[in-house]
Amino acid sequence: MSVREVYTSTASNPLGRPRGFWSALHLDPVLLILLTALIIGGLFVLYSGADRNFDVVKAQAIRFGIAFVVMLVFAQLDPSVFRRWAPWLYAAGLAGLVAVLLVGVGAKGAQRWLALPGLPRFQPSELMKLVVPMMAAWYLSRHFLPPRLPRIGMSLIVVLLPMALIAVQPDLGTALLVGMAGLFVVFFAGMSWRLISAFAVMISVAAPVLWFFGMRDYQKQRVLTLLDPQSDPLGAGWNIIQSKTAIGSGGFEGKGWLQGTQSHLEFLPESHTDFIVAVLAEEFGFIGMLVLLSIYLLIILRCLFIAVVAQDSFSRLIAGALTMTFFIYVFVNIGMVSGLLPVVGVPLPLISYGGTSTVTLMAAFGILMSVHTHRRMISA
Amino acid sequence: MPWGEIKDTAAERRLFQRRALVMLVVVFLLLAGLAARMYQLQVAEHDIYTTLSDKNRVQVQSVPPPRGLVYDRNQVLLAENRPVFSVTLVPERVGGMDETLEQLERILEVSEEDLERFERRLREPRRPFQEIPLRYDLTEDEIARLAVHRHRLPGVEVRAELVRYYPHSELTAHALGFVGRINRDELQRIDPVNYAGTNYIGKSGVERFYEKLLHGEVGYQHVETNARGRILRVLERESPSPGEDLQLHLDLRLQARAHELLDGRRGAIVAIEPKTGGLLALASVPGFDANKFVTGISVPDYRELSESKDKPLFNRALRGQYAPASTLKPMLAIAALDSGAVTRDQTIWDPGYFQLKPGGRRYRDWKRGGHGWVDLTHAMAQSCDVYFYEAAVEMGVDTMHSYLSRFGFGEDATLDVSGALSGLLPSPDWKRAMRDEPWYPGDSVNLGIGQGFMLATPLQMATATALIANRGEWVEPRLLKGIEGDQSLDGFLPSETHEPLKLQNPDDWEFIVEAMAEVMHGSRGTARGAGRDAPYRMAGKTGTAQVFSLAEDEEYDAEEIRERLRDHALFVGFAPVENPEIAVAVIVENGGGGSRTAAPVARALFDAWLLEFADTGNDSLVSKTDSQSEAL
Repeated sequence: MSVREVYTSTASNPLGRPRGFWSALHLDPVLLILLTALIIGGLFVLYSGADRNFDVVKAQAIRFGIAFVVMLVFAQLDPSVFRRWAPWLYAAGLAGLVAVLLVGVGAKGAQRWLALPGLPRFQPSELMKLVVPMMAAWYLSRHFLPPRLPRIGMSLIVVLLPMALIAVQPDLGTALLVGMAGLFVVFFAGMSWRLISAFAVMISVAAPVLWFFGMRDYQKQRVLTLLDPQSDPLGAGWNIIQSKTAIGSGGFEGKGWLQGTQSHLEFLPESHTDFIVAVLAEEFGFIGMLVLLSIYLLIILRCLFIAVVAQDSFSRLIAGALTMTFFIYVFVNIGMVSGLLPVVGVPLPLISYGGTSTVTLMAAFGILMSVHTHRRMISA
Repeated sequence: MPWGEIKDTAAERRLFQRRALVMLVVVFLLLAGLAARMYQLQVAEHDIYTTLSDKNRVQVQSVPPPRGLVYDRNQVLLAENRPVFSVTLVPERVGGMDETLEQLERILEVSEEDLERFERRLREPRRPFQEIPLRYDLTEDEIARLAVHRHRLPGVEVRAELVRYYPHSELTAHALGFVGRINRDELQRIDPVNYAGTNYIGKSGVERFYEKLLHGEVGYQHVETNARGRILRVLERESPSPGEDLQLHLDLRLQARAHELLDGRRGAIVAIEPKTGGLLALASVPGFDANKFVTGISVPDYRELSESKDKPLFNRALRGQYAPASTLKPMLAIAALDSGAVTRDQTIWDPGYFQLKPGGRRYRDWKRGGHGWVDLTHAMAQSCDVYFYEAAVEMGVDTMHSYLSRFGFGEDATLDVSGALSGLLPSPDWKRAMRDEPWYPGDSVNLGIGQGFMLATPLQMATATALIANRGEWVEPRLLKGIEGDQSLDGFLPSETHEPLKLQNPDDWEFIVEAMAEVMHGSRGTARGAGRDAPYRMAGKTGTAQVFSLAEDEEYDAEEIRERLRDHALFVGFAPVENPEIAVAVIVENGGGGSRTAAPVARALFDAWLLEFADTGNDSLVSKTDSQSEAL
């Protein structure tokens, strides 16, 4: 009986301990139920948001099937596998990002896809949402925590380098999510509050510089539009005005499933992708939104719990960071659709129509389940 | 594993727990913030956004009223509305205009002309979100094909539109006028509310004059539309009030007969019912098909019409200004008698010419050797020029001007005939102003036989003739006979303004009428051929006007030059003499002599009206349906 095992047995929470059937599958039943509820509810909203197009729902269900398999596979792997692979995956991811900038394919003025012969098209930036926090967690957990300043500096470079590569594609939404994922690792590792405040000051100074030199015109336009949607009601402000109208006209109880006029009469743009929450808000009202936010909250609570009870620093850091990334998805998307944040391309997790982010998200939940189910047991 | 690491692991765990707690608080706060935002939008400001949402989807649309129909005096339909399916585009809603047009050309047959017309309208100023038609008269097939493709064509609609149709357009184009698309000037003039859904407006004739009456009042409907403006359903509707149906004095049979009589020639016929002033026929030949103008005439079609030597677009009856020539003599005779310039029995010697002073210029009579001794009756019957030369000089220009103006010359005396011209009744003032020359006695001589500066339209000649038929009672010419539902015409038909022409000796009317009867029935009457064997008596006067103008650059072959230099044949008259039912003015351009060409045309019209059509002359709108089919 090793010292470590003694420690784990005393610290482990009986509630959080996987047992029997679920333990054998390496799945967390609580998280699984919450995710299933969200996904099934989401498919109903998608059916309405896609204007009763069942093909869209079918395609999305198939994606969830694939994503579920990916989650299952990730859950089977021991967290140490992720830790060992982190540097290699990170290196491969960086190479992929550089390749995208050189030979990538894309649309609407942004290069995001990499089409390698023999492989399906994929976005290296999407992969980095998982790999960057893994890498940061690997790097920081190798030594005592909290890390000293040079280590923090180094880990920030680890995070900001891929973020910058993604930002110049340009893909602000993904860059933001990747950066946040990495920064959460640093935060959870114990970066001192003084340093955090110092960085906050630096960022507020750098923001105007970024505004004038770093942002593209369309990105600036989105920020300006957020501040005053009426300035361009038929152009860039259209989305925000229409989504706020959809949400607001839903009222307390909503207009009823499939009864949303804003979405079904095509006033609401992107009603089955980024703006799908407006469909939900219009048709299910304030009550529906409270239910949605509650499910998200429960998922986040469960994941934070998994992180807290994890057995080693790497697992804690990666679990905590992925949880908070998931939260950022939720917050940025709903904040954007309700007109609190500028329009950035962040989908509503597990509800918006789209393949890549769904798979990434479910992989993240696979990692969380892996963290929770691969525990060193007391052997005697 | 060293002991220290275990201790550190516990510390790291505690550190992580603290950080996780912070994040938990952040998550709570931010999610609460989102919930608060939702509360703000969905509960606090719900009403605002409900309004916005309704404004999005519910639109108020104007429903154009169906235009009033137009019937002739026998309830024959002259102007109706036909549903026509057209494909229209709303430029504001069309994604890419070029691609959309390209796609439409693949689905439909779109001619060069359609495209050209469409692009012209696209450039013109118009109301925002107004539909611009691309093609009219879609076939069932094309409508079906459009329906299949319409999801890919935002801003493209198939519209069923009521479009004006004139079933007898070649006959009625000049009398009725026509409607056409509202143009830029009209857009400034019309009431934007009442015309919000209307695309057509009366351009000429009855359609123009009674535009207000025919148009009706716009209606509204609330419709639910999607973001691309496609109407999904009608929520609420306030029906438009249709335009009034109008009945005209016009008799399509007489109108058709007039066209037959002038067939192959150029000319005009105006027939007036003297009792009412109603225009029974208003024919200008050749006519044209006004239906082409309704939806927009193509450039080649328009060129063909506008460049035709026969000038079919020219309304000769209202706007053709001719020298009235000898047809003016009855009116001048009235003037001469009433002013005392001549007496009934006074005779003059006509040597075949007239001189103002011995040895001066000779004003020749149409008859080379002269008529010898003639009194007023003979002068009328034989159209003796010298008699009227002398009478004109005796009267002087001021007297002639005064009387002729009371016959309606020199003014547009019509009540509701849009576009009628006023001709030219010369006076010394006019000549000084326009030509900077004094009035010479010779000018009076020329005016005495209706030549010189004097110009009159066929409508004016008919009006003056009707005045004689009425023995001085004025009846302004008019087209409107009734409004559906027996509404009063007051307020719609302008009021009559002319005082009756009272003579010092009212019996002079009969004298002149008898002199005009001599023209038709007298042994030496110039139109005795036309008056022969009639079962009724008629009065008339022939005229032959010299053709004074021919543009030098117009190209004619020799045959045509001869044809087009021939005199215009004129005739005015009425019948029956005792109780006139019809007064006419006939002009046949380059027809030669009035007695040979124009008078028989008038006789044929008299016969038609008094004998052939007599039994069905005066119906009212009540028996609308049954008489429609039998007419024509």
